[in-house]
Amino acid sequence: MEIHGYAFTLYILLIPFLLFIFLGLSGHRFKPLISGIVGSAGLLVSFALSLITAYRYFFTSLHGEDGYSAIIAMNSVWLRLTEKLHIDMGILLDPISVMMLIVITTVSLMVHIYSIGYMKGERGYERFFSFLSLFTFSMLGLVVATNIFQMYIFWELVGVSSYLLIGFYYQKPSAVAASKKAFIVTRFADLGFLIGILVLSYTTGTFDFKTLTDPAGPAVTHAGGATFLGLSIITWSLILVFMGGAGKSAMFPLHIWLPDAMEGPTPVSALIHAATMVVAGVYLVARLFPIYALAGIPALNVVAYVGGFTSLFAAVIACTQLDIKRVLAYSTMSQIGYMMLALGVSGYGGHEGLGFMASMFHLFTHAMFKALLFLCAGAVIHAVHSNYMNEMGGLRKFLPITHITFLIACLTIAGIPPFSGFFSKDEILAAAWHHNKVLFVVEYLVAGLTAFYMFRLYYSIFHGRQAHYHHTPHEAPYVMTIPLMFLAAASIFTGFIPFHNLVTSDGMHLETHIEWGIAIPSVLIAAAGIAVATVMYRKESTLPARMASTFRHLYTWSFHKFYIDEVYLFVTKKIIFRYISTPVAWFDRHVVDGTMNGIAWVIEFTSHRIKGFQSGQLQQYAIVFVSGAVLLILVFIYLLY
Amino acid sequence: MNLNDLMIMRHELLLTLLAVVILVIDLGAGSKYRSFILPVAIGLFFINLLIGFLPAREGSLFGGMYHTSNLIILMKNVLNIGFFIVMLQSFAWLKKEENHLKMSEFYVLLLATLIGMNFMISSGDFLMFYLGLELATIPMAALAAYVHHQTRSAEAGIKLILISALSSGILLFGLSMIYGTTGSIFFSEVKTSFTGEPLQVLAFIFFFAGMGFKISLVPFHLWTADVYEGAPVNVTSYLSVISKGAAVFIFILVLYTVFTSIDFLWKDLIYFIAVITMTIGNLFALRQKNLKRFLAFSSIAQAGFILLGIIAGSKLGMASVIYFILVYIFSNLGAFGVVAAIYNQTGKENMEDYNGLYHTNPRLSLLMMLSLFSLAGIPPVAGFFGKFFLFTSAASGGYYWLVLIAVLNATISLYYYLLVVKAMFINKNDHPIEPFRSDVTTRIGLLICTAGIVALGFYSAVYEWINTLSIGINGP
Repeated sequence: MEIHGYAFTLYILLIPFLLFIFLGLSGHRFKPLISGIVGSAGLLVSFALSLITAYRYFFTSLHGEDGYSAIIAMNSVWLRLTEKLHIDMGILLDPISVMMLIVITTVSLMVHIYSIGYMKGERGYERFFSFLSLFTFSMLGLVVATNIFQMYIFWELVGVSSYLLIGFYYQKPSAVAASKKAFIVTRFADLGFLIGILVLSYTTGTFDFKTLTDPAGPAVTHAGGATFLGLSIITWSLILVFMGGAGKSAMFPLHIWLPDAMEGPTPVSALIHAATMVVAGVYLVARLFPIYALAGIPALNVVAYVGGFTSLFAAVIACTQLDIKRVLAYSTMSQIGYMMLALGVSGYGGHEGLGFMASMFHLFTHAMFKALLFLCAGAVIHAVHSNYMNEMGGLRKFLPITHITFLIACLTIAGIPPFSGFFSKDEILAAAWHHNKVLFVVEYLVAGLTAFYMFRLYYSIFHGRQAHYHHTPHEAPYVMTIPLMFLAAASIFTGFIPFHNLVTSDGMHLETHIEWGIAIPSVLIAAAGIAVATVMYRKESTLPARMASTFRHLYTWSFHKFYIDEVYLFVTKKIIFRYISTPVAWFDRHVVDGTMNGIAWVIEFTSHRIKGFQSGQLQQYAIVFVSGAVLLILVFIYLLY
Repeated sequence: MNLNDLMIMRHELLLTLLAVVILVIDLGAGSKYRSFILPVAIGLFFINLLIGFLPAREGSLFGGMYHTSNLIILMKNVLNIGFFIVMLQSFAWLKKEENHLKMSEFYVLLLATLIGMNFMISSGDFLMFYLGLELATIPMAALAAYVHHQTRSAEAGIKLILISALSSGILLFGLSMIYGTTGSIFFSEVKTSFTGEPLQVLAFIFFFAGMGFKISLVPFHLWTADVYEGAPVNVTSYLSVISKGAAVFIFILVLYTVFTSIDFLWKDLIYFIAVITMTIGNLFALRQKNLKRFLAFSSIAQAGFILLGIIAGSKLGMASVIYFILVYIFSNLGAFGVVAAIYNQTGKENMEDYNGLYHTNPRLSLLMMLSLFSLAGIPPVAGFFGKFFLFTSAASGGYYWLVLIAVLNATISLYYYLLVVKAMFINKNDHPIEPFRSDVTTRIGLLICTAGIVALGFYSAVYEWINTLSIGINGP
């Protein structure tokens, strides 16, 4: 179904793409500031167009009994493989993609504006903005994809732009290492994604999302077909697809790249590694949700348990980290775990779909408050030139705006009413309560831990002992604080958006209400977490050190991130490199290269030998010409026919 | 036949008119106004290019000697696009002092060949075909010898005219035997009475040799390198792209509509020729140091790839050939455009002169890289899809081994295309070519090539459109 009147959505994508080309090719010709302003202005247009799209889609378009349906705003066949199977490029509008348009353009716009101040004086200022535009374009293309292959293409583009931005300070070896790590780990996960896509499209004969997610379509009806290890082929393909999603969304055990990715400039962390790219995995599962829920329940359980485990695991690590950006990175992992879990415990359609809606709701609110937290952290780092919380303290006097906005974000993530985090988290807890009591208990625990580590962070930065600063810290310029205030406002008010009417698993309205029996204990747990943090960190005391030595083992394990990095290093260096790569390398160097060099030598040699034909003598050319024709005649008349 | 029917020949008539207009202006205008001729000619041709895209009637004239259809018009438009780019690229060179007296000649001769090509593609019998072919070839020799005070250029001209005389002789011999065995020279009648008896096979192979000369297939290709190297750059680019493209168009049309009864024969023949053409072209290209010669040999290898689309004999095959030629026009003219721009500026055309070009002329280097990537068939630029469709059509005809050989050859070609890229981007040079800005027309020409290379890769509607017009052996 092609509905006219949404063709303008193309410009939402086109503007960042053109900005990327323009700033990339000729950004160096202008003053750096111009690049920032042009980039932000372009994004502002995209943002406005996204708002118009959302308004028209949610509030003026016709949606009757069937709820919100998907609209193909535009589509064109890009590569026709066979008559049936083709790869399209297009724009799909449905509740979740329209919601993502808002999230991406809002956060991207804020980050653009913020970066005008934050990146001031950096080398490669225009390069930074052109990469930001590239990222925004790729991410927008990912969410509006009409088919899974288009999504995959943009998925990889997102990976590339993330790589470029993490490695922005390419003179720093740690940044280069981090960018490589991020790229390789996510690329490894994408291998699973690609195989999943191929299996899925092979079984169903289509790439198209509309056909794939149709409850009466081939994906769901084929589910009973061939099985492998007791699970249907569709289920396996969904698990493989989820592997790609887990890589991008930093789910355990593919999470190891995210903390290191904090080497990138802080606005990048806010945009990519908090609000948009890392939720791509959640979005992917949500996009294919009908298949997960109707044809691949085991795959959905994988999603739920991976999400639940990651949220707990990351929250524990976050409690002991000292680098403030890393605390936020682990907190992001934990919150994304929440979203995955919510999807995992959800069903399709009607009230069963509560988890789906809760997950999307949390994705939305999380984008706002986590971007805010990162941008605040950026302002703090900007002021004190350090990432470590033990070199901070007592900053509330110097950075009043940052202090207030950071506090709002902390209260939001802790789930204190009436901030938005309370509402979205409450829906997730309710969904978990109805489907899986074990995961529900885990989430209560995580809620407490979240409140604890966030306020540990808050007190360490803004209260406590005042560290010795080389120069007096000062508040960031307005160009940086205005995005903070905007996002703080968003963190406060987005909780009141009636998500249950707008974004649901089947497009229908959903009746929800706050379940006080779940909400009140969760607030109490959060309050307890805050209280513990207050006691331990508000004033300088020896309590944290004593706690650390009492729970020495847990503390050390958590501080070293449960040694997951070391496990990976052991497996790759000691096992894979030594016992697999070394022999393969030998084979490659001697046998494969030898063969190839041999072929190359033969080609060189032949090429040298036949040189004589090209003598420059016209007579000879004519002889070759005529004898060639005669030879062909002889061969074809006498030998072949 | 009234005047209205004559308008079927719109393409040819307009081109003839244009050639006459340029000639008359050149005669009438004093040397003062001479410099206006070139821009006027380019402007007029651009209008002609646009008119070419207006809807036109299908039909035939002169008792069937001339016929046209939407497919043929599409082919002519493709040639027009390439011709326009060549015009833009040669502008700066023609403006030079030494060409002052004869600059309009260049366009008139060039237009004459294009008219010949148009008649050739539109021909309905072998006589018209032959006339068009000669009209397309003889002025070419004059063009190759355009810089006649240079020995190289004069040599190129004389070589081209002699070898083309030989090839015409053989071709004509073949045609006369076709007439002798079938009693007709009209395509439609030859088609029905062509049975494939030995004399007809002989006739067909002579015809094939004549076409092989124009398309520069091995073993009829030996003239290519000397002529390409000796002729002025713009003539070389024209020869390697437009002239070759036109010959491929009529070749595929004749094979698909006339020699349908012996398709088993020409498929075997093409199989064999395709393999040796790709391989020999690549083997020679590997060793070239002069970029014009290098591009000449690589264009021989490209001709071998084109045969892969022809061999399928299907609608898909023809669509892939036309699409490939369209892409090839942009890619090869892009590469030649850069070579021409640098030659006009510095007189250098060897590969080692390009060392370190990226550091002094980044944009030219990037365009050169894009063109070479497209020629090599690296995704996502248009050349990849061009090759991809050719290979697909051959594979769908069941020629898996041929596709395998072609893929191996494409890999070899990647090596030498990347040599140039390496020279520009990686190799060090103490005296790289100085940074320079070429004039507006050259840059417009290069811009069109870039746009074509990029846009055709992403915008699939062009291919779909070509596909709807194409025909196979068994009709559309």
